[in-house]
Amino acid sequence: MSKDIRIKKGLEIKLKGTAEKTLFDLPRTDMYAIKPTDFHGIIPKLTIRVGDKVKAGDILFYSKKNESIKFAATVSGEINAITRGAKRRILDISIKADAKDTFKDFGEKDPNKLDRKTIKKHLIEAGCFPYFKQRPYDVIADPNDLPKAIFISSFSTAPLAIDESFAMKDMQEAFQTGVNTITKLTNGKVHLSVDGRETNFFDKIENVEIHRVFGKHPAGNVGVQIAKIDPINQGERVWVINPQDVAIIGRLFLTGHYDTTRVIAIAGSEVENPRYFKTKQGVRIEKLHNQCVFSSAQEMRIINGDVLSGKWVRKNNFLGFYNTLISVIPEGNHYTFFGWMPFTQNKLLSMSRTFFSWLTPNKEYDLDTNMNGEPRAMVMTNEMEKVFPMDIYPMQLLKATLVSDIEKMEKLGIYEVAPEDFALIDFVSSSKVEAQTIIREGLDLMIKEVG
Amino acid sequence: MQFLNNIMEKYRPHFKKGGKFEKYGPAWFGIDTFLFTPNHTTKSGAHIRDGIDLKRVMIIVVFALVPATFFGVWNIGFQHFSQLGIEKTFLELLWYGTVRFVPMVIISYGVGLGIEFAYAVFRGHAVNEGYLVSGLLIPLIMPIDLPLWMLTLSVIFAVVIGKEAFGGTGMNILNPALVARAFAFFSYAGSMSGDKVWVADSGITDGVSGETILGTLAAGKETSLSVFDMFMGYMPGSIGETSVLMILIGAAFLLITGMASWRIMLATIIGGAFTGLLFNLWGLNVLMNFPWWQHLMVGGFIFGAIFMATDPVTAAQTIKGKWIYGFLIGVIAILVRVFNGAYPEGMMMAILLMNVFAPTIDHYVLEGNIKRREKRKLKNLTI
Repeated sequence: MSKDIRIKKGLEIKLKGTAEKTLFDLPRTDMYAIKPTDFHGIIPKLTIRVGDKVKAGDILFYSKKNESIKFAATVSGEINAITRGAKRRILDISIKADAKDTFKDFGEKDPNKLDRKTIKKHLIEAGCFPYFKQRPYDVIADPNDLPKAIFISSFSTAPLAIDESFAMKDMQEAFQTGVNTITKLTNGKVHLSVDGRETNFFDKIENVEIHRVFGKHPAGNVGVQIAKIDPINQGERVWVINPQDVAIIGRLFLTGHYDTTRVIAIAGSEVENPRYFKTKQGVRIEKLHNQCVFSSAQEMRIINGDVLSGKWVRKNNFLGFYNTLISVIPEGNHYTFFGWMPFTQNKLLSMSRTFFSWLTPNKEYDLDTNMNGEPRAMVMTNEMEKVFPMDIYPMQLLKATLVSDIEKMEKLGIYEVAPEDFALIDFVSSSKVEAQTIIREGLDLMIKEVG
Repeated sequence: MQFLNNIMEKYRPHFKKGGKFEKYGPAWFGIDTFLFTPNHTTKSGAHIRDGIDLKRVMIIVVFALVPATFFGVWNIGFQHFSQLGIEKTFLELLWYGTVRFVPMVIISYGVGLGIEFAYAVFRGHAVNEGYLVSGLLIPLIMPIDLPLWMLTLSVIFAVVIGKEAFGGTGMNILNPALVARAFAFFSYAGSMSGDKVWVADSGITDGVSGETILGTLAAGKETSLSVFDMFMGYMPGSIGETSVLMILIGAAFLLITGMASWRIMLATIIGGAFTGLLFNLWGLNVLMNFPWWQHLMVGGFIFGAIFMATDPVTAAQTIKGKWIYGFLIGVIAILVRVFNGAYPEGMMMAILLMNVFAPTIDHYVLEGNIKRREKRKLKNLTI
């Protein structure tokens, strides 16, 4: 039995270059990597050295603070390099891949017949725990916790987001097995939210409570869904996990292998032939890049993830641990004469009606990375609320966070939010407030002060 | 405009960090960013941004003020010559008004922006656009005969004490334009009220009586103006406040572009209408008997409701708070009008008072949210 959730607030950002629904099997490439920078707050403790041979599923490093958070190799091969940045921080661990993967064998298992302790141990040993993220704080879940509930959002409403039901059409069995496994990790429910506008295989998944969600972005954000389904209270923990990562866990139990096969998309206005690729986690972006045609010679920005909350990467970097989308948009390094003049610059999208773009709601935009203005003090009110469908006052929370007023942050609901929930606020703010950065710093402060 | 940009580009490095004129960077970039939206790209957070910025917001409000300003300028000439009984053409009236009004605008922008730029350089922050609106609002809410030196002092007071003392745009408690008016009102009452200031040169020309409707009513007399005149604005008053029609055109523009809160506007009007109606039922004197819907059309009520109460910085910031804030402005404005003979115009007092209480209103709205969160937590604990 499914329940309907209707989200009225939000903003749909239509960008040019949505991936066409054709799946291309990316040939195996030479280099894959796992990037500790994808895991916020994790200090890696390496268990391998350059030159070591690893199988897919071998542990590469674990968290210094919590040894049961382990990270495994996505492919088999030889450790190629450990790249370090400032202060010797590890940026990535790259593996020169064998021509064909050899997997560490964890054994086929039926999660329905196992108890919680065995399943947890199994997931930890295979490096699958980092797929669970914990709210509050939006960090990797602690395997020793017992979450109140686990949430999976089967769709994304972010600009250019991939269609998971298309991407995962060959992973249905793995997804169901993954769900069966996850249900053992909580005494509460596992919530699966599905896109209300369409019917797909997610509707038929068993062992979960299904919620049909309708609405504009950020309706697909799991944080917004949690707020509507079962809001987080102070002191509680819930876990969230992405649908393709559930399938990875499912495959671990079905085949006994840590198989990080992913279906991802390259999209954005700069890509002439945006489409889906079947590849593995941590693939070098250059290899994907070479398969695409780019529209012009202008400078472009490659983003690991969506354009609202993804990470800016260079071509020689690697696909992120959690990402299923690479967005490519033009850089906006240009001056605009009288850019503030109302009703000019109509090629830009705006939530306000000071552009004529509001008359063409179905137009697809080609937006670049220009700030379209300078940062200012917060002046306009009720702008953030329009894209923030939670029972929280976003501007007041941001202001409390800016001054590190922990008590007020708690009262105003800092435990219920993650940076990605503020992504649209970054976008719409006329004062160009860096809301995601502020909230991330606020959450880090809470981890430090409250824990 | 590549040519102009090339010129600017030549000088930009001197004003950037490490340049030899770094100190004056805020002033330079205040002008530079006015000409050219800068080439800054997103570094953290969302990679794409909405086209809107604060400059566009402020300019929209200035655009919305244009009809009222235009009418106000014409009305300066019209009031002056019609009282003297001299027939003049439309253009001649407009010209007279322009000659009288432009010096006020120059002073307001010149002095105000001068202080803003000086503060920006002194404090090393970017020039904020807030004064673009205040700079036009200030002359619009002054009587035409206000001496320019008084205007200058009012602007200085408003910008320094009303705004910069609190930290500049976005941090001020009180609406800067109303601070300027209040300063002039209490310092130079003779030039800000009475029957000799609202029509140009009425103080020095015999035979001109420039009383406002509210002034007449407060003196216990009936007004002779027709409702049509009130609506169109053919009456003496502060420069921009008289024409309900022109102000409503501006309001429509603000609402279509979404740059001002319709909740505050509506709530203020409801508040005023409600109080006016109550007094109509009571009906002890002329002011009480003045029909409630005409109360909304005279004085600064509608101008205040549309352009002053809606200032997002000084108004309540929560949705519920905006309703309460607006309603109370309407109520208090009419209360002051009716009960306080010395101040026939209550709108300024009402908005300034509610500016002070807006944070309190928001506080209680937020408390509601906090209580809800705590209740939810307790409920969960008991299960």
